[in-house]
Amino acid sequence: MTARTLINVPAKARRGEIIEIKTLIAHPMETGYRVGLNGALIPRDIITNFRCTYDGEEIFRAEFSRAIAANPFLTFFAVATKTGTITFEWTGDNGFAATEQAPITVE
Amino acid sequence: MKQRPQDRTEQMGATRRDFLERTACLASGIAFMSVAATRSSRATPETMTAAIRKTVGEAPIRKGKVMIDVPPLVENGNTVPVSVSVDSPMTASDYVKSIHLFNEKNPQPYLIDAYFSPRSGKAALSTRIKLADAQKIVAVAQLSDGSFWSDEADVIVTIAACVEDLQ
Repeated sequence: MTARTLINVPAKARRGEIIEIKTLIAHPMETGYRVGLNGALIPRDIITNFRCTYDGEEIFRAEFSRAIAANPFLTFFAVATKTGTITFEWTGDNGFAATEQAPITVE
Repeated sequence: MKQRPQDRTEQMGATRRDFLERTACLASGIAFMSVAATRSSRATPETMTAAIRKTVGEAPIRKGKVMIDVPPLVENGNTVPVSVSVDSPMTASDYVKSIHLFNEKNPQPYLIDAYFSPRSGKAALSTRIKLADAQKIVAVAQLSDGSFWSDEADVIVTIAACVEDLQ
């Protein structure tokens, strides 16, 4: 199963420019504190880690807690150094893993 | 209320005041127990301080450089937009290593840990969090020279997330 993602990276940037990157991934982020219809706790199911690499080099990393809202949204920044690909990786409970890529052209 | 015969004779002798005192006592006992039960599953300002110390260690934390941007009043605690930024040039010799966000009254004191590099360009992030109650949130940033800086913000939440959220 692949999770739906929304990624916003500018297609073009000047060398050295600081670009804003926005990511959104569809995920319930079940906290593990809610009670289901049968009275039992719904087990925790969250995304725990996010990593963003630019041509293989890590530029941003985050560890999520249970307190991140459903469909985790994240905005951060990067320096546009050269034309290449920006890779996004999410990993979480129950073997959840998602990878997305976005190309960027640097002039 | 069903009573055994020997209780009934005792009750006859008891005054109205005695009865009221007993029931009031019982009611407050139940109320206290339920408060204690809900509180035990929540983080407290003390557990938040402990969580901050666990992340930071013994290093002093200074106020400043960090800025939390969060609405002071939110209706829905299930998704609260929050932005944190740190004033830093983000060069190879002077950059922000990480930003950690904590809260006081959610079931757990942690919100998010973010790690930066000089390639980040700007030490800032935005996300959406869940808040179980009106409370204070604290951001702590670690700089490349090892110093820690912090900022805090109060948020009033009218509809809480997670704990009351039964399906």
